[in-house]
Amino acid sequence: MVASHVDRRAAPEEVVDLALRMARGEAEALYLARDAALTRFAGSRIHQNVSEHDATLRLRVMDGGRTGVASTNRLDDQGLAEVVARAQEICRRSAPNPDMPPLADADAGCGESELGYVPATAEAQPDRRAEGARAVIAAAHAGNLVASGAFSTEASTIAIANSNGLRSQHATTQAKLLTVMTGEDRASGYAQAISTDIASIDAAAVGEEAADKALRSVGASDLEPGAYDVVLEEYAVQTILEYLSYAGFSALAVEEGRSFMELGRKLMGENVSIWDDGNDPSGLPSATDFEGVAKHRVDLVTDGVATGLVHDSATARRASIGSTGHALPAPNTFGPLAWNLFMAPGSSSKDAMLSSIDRGLWVTRFHYVNIVHPRKAVLTGMTKDGTFLIEHGRIVRPVRNLRFTEEIPAAFSRIEAIGSETKMVGAEYSGINARVPALRIGRFAFTGATAAESGE
Amino acid sequence: MNELIDHALDVAEQAGASYADIRISERETESLTVKNGALEAASSNLSTGFGVRVLVDGAWGFAGSAVMTPREIERVTAEAVEIARASGLAGGEPVRLDDTPPQVARYATPVEEDPFGVSVDEKLRILFEADAAMAAVKGIAVREGTVEAARERKTFASSEGARIEQELAEAGAGIEATAVGESEQQVRSWPNSAGGQHVTGGFEAVRRMELPANAQRIAEEAVALLTAEDCPSEVTTLVIDSSQMALQVHESCGHPIELDRVLGMEASFAGTSFLTLDKLGQLQYGSPLVNIDADATAPGGLGTFGFDDEGVPAQNVPIVSGGQFVGYLTSRETAPVIGRRSMGSSRASGWNVIPLIRMTNVNLRPGDAGTLDELIADTDDGLLMSTNRSWSIDDRRLNFQFGTQAGWRIRKGQLAEMVKNPTYTGITPEFWGSCDAICSPSEWRLWGVPNCGKGEPMQTHRVGHGAAPARFRNVQVGVGRW
Repeated sequence: MVASHVDRRAAPEEVVDLALRMARGEAEALYLARDAALTRFAGSRIHQNVSEHDATLRLRVMDGGRTGVASTNRLDDQGLAEVVARAQEICRRSAPNPDMPPLADADAGCGESELGYVPATAEAQPDRRAEGARAVIAAAHAGNLVASGAFSTEASTIAIANSNGLRSQHATTQAKLLTVMTGEDRASGYAQAISTDIASIDAAAVGEEAADKALRSVGASDLEPGAYDVVLEEYAVQTILEYLSYAGFSALAVEEGRSFMELGRKLMGENVSIWDDGNDPSGLPSATDFEGVAKHRVDLVTDGVATGLVHDSATARRASIGSTGHALPAPNTFGPLAWNLFMAPGSSSKDAMLSSIDRGLWVTRFHYVNIVHPRKAVLTGMTKDGTFLIEHGRIVRPVRNLRFTEEIPAAFSRIEAIGSETKMVGAEYSGINARVPALRIGRFAFTGATAAESGE
Repeated sequence: MNELIDHALDVAEQAGASYADIRISERETESLTVKNGALEAASSNLSTGFGVRVLVDGAWGFAGSAVMTPREIERVTAEAVEIARASGLAGGEPVRLDDTPPQVARYATPVEEDPFGVSVDEKLRILFEADAAMAAVKGIAVREGTVEAARERKTFASSEGARIEQELAEAGAGIEATAVGESEQQVRSWPNSAGGQHVTGGFEAVRRMELPANAQRIAEEAVALLTAEDCPSEVTTLVIDSSQMALQVHESCGHPIELDRVLGMEASFAGTSFLTLDKLGQLQYGSPLVNIDADATAPGGLGTFGFDDEGVPAQNVPIVSGGQFVGYLTSRETAPVIGRRSMGSSRASGWNVIPLIRMTNVNLRPGDAGTLDELIADTDDGLLMSTNRSWSIDDRRLNFQFGTQAGWRIRKGQLAEMVKNPTYTGITPEFWGSCDAICSPSEWRLWGVPNCGKGEPMQTHRVGHGAAPARFRNVQVGVGRW
């Protein structure tokens, strides 16, 4: 068992079992614990260095169609008794909901898992993160650049038990280092590494990648918006998949008519396959969802055809199938979510993608993407930290950031080459991480620019 | 409690901290959501804990824990000091704080009707009434309504002698109707999107929202949008309603005036700002009609409090005056960079995270253009856009694009047909420079934004924006075709 100093009072399984015993009737106990530390640097110095230890118990009690949920981070006997009383009181006063699905069956759980738990990551000390920050800062100094970024480490535990006898528990770790390097004349570069194992984070390599990109982006100049053939680096591709997941990989999104997905219909090019797999160790594993159901692989798009949706207990019940293990903490009105995404690699190198473009753009990453039209999966966002004009198969100059507004399924029907290698990329805002290849897409729609006279 | 606080500050000082503060916080929330005629979610959450922040040799360290015992406070304080020493390894200029005098005070949000004292039955009555009104409209596929309440009790103490106790109360509510057609899904919300309207105050604010009375209208508008024409793609005159103006202020003014962002401290995450130090007092940010202030004292604002999380008293400071850019949001660490004392906008979203510069209530002052009807009557041709649907802005806060739930054509001073999927785009100073009318105080509303994200680890915070409908000339609308 993983020893966490978040809660020295009791092991997770003891907390959830005690809460269930106190609740007596039909109930589900969800325990979430997190030991997280983050070292943040800017202007080439560490300006934030924080550590957090927290554990929360969320109790759902059900009685005759009524439900009450209460949570607390006071995990002593008095705190647990109080949260049980609050959940029962809310349940008692609530209106019944005849459509509320029952708690998950005992055999739906994942048991006890440590897939993706690396002790070295859990035990990383502040000086280890400071060392990584220094390596990145050194790479910036070598290029006369300024480094900003963050090096974080985290160990987390999720444990779920319910009155049907289900028991699921998963402990995992994550280390993430990212940097933006800036310099004179609009130089800007980005790099990121993320893994369950801190030993695989090569801080010097992250620093070199960002510095190289920043130095090549010095003197970025205007470019007219329009439709350009693009090479999207893995960072940009992860962001697109993240927002596709928000927009429509969920069964509830389809039920409610807000998704672009239509099972059995060809939505994208035949070279596109996307799936969700919480048990693939090459990602950032999650063995269980928040209802305690073991995560199953779901093939979302296969050879361009919509083939699957992620489910929680509620959507699965309505579809007369089993949950795929993608529930958020219940009850919630957003529905299930795919957060362990993968996209199938192709056979191309990024160099080959570049050389095949007569006139186009190289995009490192996107910034502040949002959903303009969920039903059609239209996204907008800005390019950031390394956007380059390609002419006759090679990069000729850096360009100022451009805004794209694009219907993604249509764009993914114009993918002309897919990288043979994939990279694990951590989400910027959400927990929707993805292992993805780079893409070459024809005529990607850029709808706006920030010209020099605008003050950029 | 006082003994624990004194113990933490003593431990920090003995370990070599030149400055230390401790925040102890208890935040309680309650939420009810009715969806499609059933109570879908009823929850109550409680989070308590403390955070210790120290300066050692001019470098920051922070640690927090949910376990409130003397031994744990000792351990966490020692950890914060250890982390500060590690921070110093990377070098850099030592942190210096401004000379804000330490305060000993109490503050509590004025509340007429305690939202935790209102029965679940009463809250559900409002939500079910609104749900039934939406359900009566043919073509509505999804109906949802939420009522929320929050209460935070927090204590701040510093090694300089500050000792502040605050009790902040919040209330919020909203409803949403979704219509689904052949290849369209359209949503209308009331009083605002993204969970509705949120204030500091009591349940009286929820009652004033009149959710049931507005439910049928928004449902009918959602259905009407299904068959409306798409927003035209053109350069035109744009009138924006007050809730969308709030988000316009948020993204294109509120974020770029955060001084930590200006100084590059957010460069790796949310980005930087075009409002660099050389622009202060020099840049014409908008037209002379544009006056914006940051007012943490505004009654009912989601960014209203007594003291920020560094113990600085709430203030109202000018940001844009007669169109000229004159002020930033600051903290005790950053204000000295511009030769000022903190104006009190350093806020932490919980006990477990450090305070960052966050918006308070960044408000666009009202103008003299009368009511929204009068502003429309004064507009020969253009579009009215209402209620935010999507938002995006570049990393320096210049190039923005917004989508709203609904739009209407304005022809010869009158509202004409609805348009669907409205979007508009612009460049911040050009856009604000094109503002030629702002409605009068009667149209001014103080909106709450409960989901503002910033920092790593990301902190989701609650901020406010007052705004009245306003008019902008020569705006590109209808971006992109699909």
